[in-house]
Amino acid sequence: MKPFAYDRATHPSDIAFADAGAAIIAGGTNLLDLMKLEVMTPDRLFDINRMDLSSIQQTENGGLKVETLVTNSDLAADMRVRQHWPVLSRALLAGASGQLRNKATTGGNLLQRTRCHYFYDTAMPCNKREPGSGCGAMGGVNRINAVLGTSDKCIATHPSDMAVALRALGATVEVRKKSGAVQSLPLGTLYVLPGDTPERETVLEAGDLITAVCLPPPVKGRQIYRKVRDRASYAFALVSVAAVVEVVDGKIARADLAFGGLAPVPWRDGAVEELLIGNAPSTSLFDAAADQLLRTAKGHGGNDFKIPLARRTLKAVLEEATR
Amino acid sequence: MKTDLLINGNRRTLDADNRTSLLDALRHHLGLTGAKKGCDHGQCGACTVLINGRRINACLTLACMHDGDEITTIEGLGSAEALSPMQRAFVNHDGFQCGYCTPGQICSATAMLEEIEAGWPSHVTADMTAKPSLDEHEIGERMSGNLCRCAAYPNIVDAIRDAAWRDQE
Repeated sequence: MKPFAYDRATHPSDIAFADAGAAIIAGGTNLLDLMKLEVMTPDRLFDINRMDLSSIQQTENGGLKVETLVTNSDLAADMRVRQHWPVLSRALLAGASGQLRNKATTGGNLLQRTRCHYFYDTAMPCNKREPGSGCGAMGGVNRINAVLGTSDKCIATHPSDMAVALRALGATVEVRKKSGAVQSLPLGTLYVLPGDTPERETVLEAGDLITAVCLPPPVKGRQIYRKVRDRASYAFALVSVAAVVEVVDGKIARADLAFGGLAPVPWRDGAVEELLIGNAPSTSLFDAAADQLLRTAKGHGGNDFKIPLARRTLKAVLEEATR
Repeated sequence: MKTDLLINGNRRTLDADNRTSLLDALRHHLGLTGAKKGCDHGQCGACTVLINGRRINACLTLACMHDGDEITTIEGLGSAEALSPMQRAFVNHDGFQCGYCTPGQICSATAMLEEIEAGWPSHVTADMTAKPSLDEHEIGERMSGNLCRCAAYPNIVDAIRDAAWRDQE
């Protein structure tokens, strides 16, 4: 690990001193792993664990404000979340291990890095780790890589389960900007697609701090998180689907769907939802929804299987949700 | 960075390089070699210790991040003369072969029972709002962060179930 200066930041304003070479550490379970491998080499760490940002509060509109240092364990176990936003508890519990969830935080989970093998291996080319070096995953071992939203520079996936559920729930992210201004971003606009700059994953800038994630008020309907992976526990998603689906009078009234394992960001596609809403559930409707979701999907050899797997997973979730 | 730690009830002061993981601090600076280094990347669970009562991977956190924290290692759970109930259950059920993963398994299982007691659901819990049960599926899921290369899993599960059962008596 490369040497670094270590600061205990006690107030969000302390982070404003962070420059591009610095990193914020909270749980640290992903950052320290990457620092050991020298995939990430920050020259300064701002430890934010002593900030007063560990509460979960009801908001005025009946939603929930989850501060950034709330651990994945505490969020998953919160009875309000289990009762009213169970897809979020389910997604959190489908990720990592008990030990990691005890350390991993809400903000850190959102900002964790891809697990692409080539990003992790400093002997390999990777445009995300070293812009301009090429992409080892294209034409390489890419079983775990993305089929939607990729570019010719990068086919890495976003690894979070939590973010997929938050995307389906329409969560917003509260960011304290370097200037001190507080900004509220829909989760979908926090992340950016790789395009020509896969090293840039979010709209955040050095000195910005995620301070909370806000859940909108609970909605009616079935909530499901289905995760398909190589082993029964403690593995990243090959494909995952977070769904909030409501059927009224035999017709789909709500179909909030987000997808993991398929794309560089937690994926949501409004056209899929529009196609479902107002129609009676049927196998042919679900097939049409899958066609719509996967209309631009592109496999890279090792991950071709994800396209039919995503179709089957989506159909299974929709069948269960509308049963 | 100077760091004060309360380890197994004893106050210890560490003055180590910022890069020192909690695991290396315990093993190499403080002489507590019970927590083991398996993968050093949070994948195997051999380094599991308790911080303020919660199980974590000691390899994936820096010692300097834990100033003032209360840390319990396998050495703090029991001793050869006075085994903890979980340690006793692992001995009774032969919950190991080579024993390398065992300190992590026992620390993890000890904290896992507290999580069940607190009503935390898991990935395999059917009803998210009910009190979780402790069948082998629940134990397997909740212990998935602790690998055993000898695959002593059946006896590990028996040991944990036994310790949980004695706990409830």
